[in-house]
Amino acid sequence: MSEHEYVPKSKAAKWFNDRLPLLTLGAHLTDYPTPKNLNYWWTFGGILTFCLITQIVTGIVLAMHYVAHADLAFASVEHIMRDVNYGWLIRYIHSNGASMFFLAVYIHIFRSLFYGSYKSPREVIWIIGLMIYLLMMAAAFMGYVLPWGQMSFWGATVITNLFSAIPLVGDSITTWLWGAYSVDNPTLNRFFSLHYLIPFLILGLVVLHIWALHVPGNNNPVGIDIKKPSKDTVPFHPYITIKDAFALLVFMIIFAGFVFFTPNVLGHSDNYIPANPLVTPAHIVPEWYLLPFYAILRSVPDKLGGVILMFSAIFILFVLPWLDTSKVRSAVFRPIYRQFFWILVIDVLMLGYVGAMPAEGVYLVLARVGTIYYFLHFIVVMPVVGYLEKTDPIPMSISEPVLTGGAEPSLARKVNDKV
Amino acid sequence: MIKSNIKLLVLSFLLLISLRPLQSAEMVDPIKVDWSFKGLTGTFDRASLQRGFQVYKEVCASCHSMQYLSYRNLGEPGGPEFSEQEVKAIAASFEIEDGPDSQGEMFTRPGKPSDKFKSPYPNVQAATAANGGAYPPDMSVLVKARKGGANYIYSVLVGYEDPPPGVTLDDGVYYNKYMVGNKIKMPNNLMDGLVEYADGTESTVDQMAKDVTTFLAWAAEPELEERHKTGVKVIIYLVLLTILVYLSMKKIWSRIDSEV
Repeated sequence: MSEHEYVPKSKAAKWFNDRLPLLTLGAHLTDYPTPKNLNYWWTFGGILTFCLITQIVTGIVLAMHYVAHADLAFASVEHIMRDVNYGWLIRYIHSNGASMFFLAVYIHIFRSLFYGSYKSPREVIWIIGLMIYLLMMAAAFMGYVLPWGQMSFWGATVITNLFSAIPLVGDSITTWLWGAYSVDNPTLNRFFSLHYLIPFLILGLVVLHIWALHVPGNNNPVGIDIKKPSKDTVPFHPYITIKDAFALLVFMIIFAGFVFFTPNVLGHSDNYIPANPLVTPAHIVPEWYLLPFYAILRSVPDKLGGVILMFSAIFILFVLPWLDTSKVRSAVFRPIYRQFFWILVIDVLMLGYVGAMPAEGVYLVLARVGTIYYFLHFIVVMPVVGYLEKTDPIPMSISEPVLTGGAEPSLARKVNDKV
Repeated sequence: MIKSNIKLLVLSFLLLISLRPLQSAEMVDPIKVDWSFKGLTGTFDRASLQRGFQVYKEVCASCHSMQYLSYRNLGEPGGPEFSEQEVKAIAASFEIEDGPDSQGEMFTRPGKPSDKFKSPYPNVQAATAANGGAYPPDMSVLVKARKGGANYIYSVLVGYEDPPPGVTLDDGVYYNKYMVGNKIKMPNNLMDGLVEYADGTESTVDQMAKDVTTFLAWAAEPELEERHKTGVKVIIYLVLLTILVYLSMKKIWSRIDSEV
């Protein structure tokens, strides 16, 4: 990948590297030429890696004390909170960590949407990323079931019941998923097993995600192809590592604010009531990061239709690179698409908000409008705007708008302001 | 351009949130109390916790269990902080079932600090049957299990009223202004002078409600004081480290002709 071959200095290192080129890999990761104009929206890859490692480490410790049994799970969580040394800290990091993970992944995804990072030649990075996102949702959902509170139980009941909408075999599939005739102890056991497995699958996909990234290299705010290495790039270390470290620390301050001062604000109070199959909570709501999809699900009066639409909302993202017809990557140079991008952001936030509200009256209307726009954005707006839009002039290189400001000062200033 | 869009975004979101009050008009918001444990450096009022324990023991404990607490917790830092002797005496005042002994028989013995709080009923069914079909919820995490937390618990305790005209109540059902649905099966158990506080504080209904709510808030979050203290240290550490890393970053990036 790099122009010049890496040669270890010592004889022993060379001997080892000839047999397993780990040192070459290390040198590649250190020297990896990165566009020098990456803004802070590009620091979320590193932040997400931190989130994954944090969830795995705290999760392994929690699993040492947690008991996956319907009669004991709730009590074992209280045991962690009260009797395990710093158990409260480890559990609050893990539970708030899930929310922080999703916060970061949503910023990461919308960054990709704004700057066209999903477009050729980065389609495979995008698709692997979506697979990671799907697995994250599965892991988070199953993790929320483990404390076996009221929301755990009823959330699991609602979500697993979705599969019963499948014609003919739906009920059999649901029973098979449960391992019983309702959400019960076998369900809890398998959810725990899968909840432990999925993060390692994600870890594997993260390696592929980064590998696929290192083939074409990073996209950048200007969205143009750059020569690597060149005066447009910097080596990953120390330039990007220190910048990622700074952004990560700011992120950790917010994270710590939640963990230490409002550890339960993102959860639902009903989940501190032990699961009771005989009492249904007044409103069953999923965790905040799943709310937009929940709103789409409930916006359709038909169960099967709702399920299909909800899954379509995610799977439509897989074909996004081929729905976008624009030759220009970055929305910085796409005046029309840029407006629609922000409408989409508002739309998803609105769907999230109505997902938390009862599905009636004005909320149901908003959910339906939001759902329709969500799909219109991808199916109609992206192909049509890409085709009709007159894009702004694009600079020849990252350095150009800065260095050759004399030639076309208006363009240079414009680009700098936007980026 | 991006900035003005973010403004638009924030504005439309605020508009959405302002729709919310239209929806939940029938619920009365709980009374806001200025608890000592609120805020970033909040701590529990030690004397209030001890009084609250007394109210719990003499009033609530006859129906409500607190199965996740142990008597030793009463002496731990950040809680009521009874002395070791007091904790032993409190534990010993309960008869705890233990066993089986070497003969296979269950037996009772005076409680030890390591014992869990003794429950008033052997199981949920017995508790439900003895209370007119309504299970008195376990109070270990009650404050965390109710929307509105401590404010809500306190409000319900002082929220008993005569039902408004037109509302008829079944036998054993009481009207409460703050309870979700306004109907509650727990009678109003607090009346002025009900308990005799050891520290001489006047035991008004309001005082007892505040004290026992404080006690329940601690029971739900016994780590609160340590959490707040550690949190302040962690944030200070992170902020200092962030400044150092920021300065290093500026220094490193000054080597090239690019802004960071």
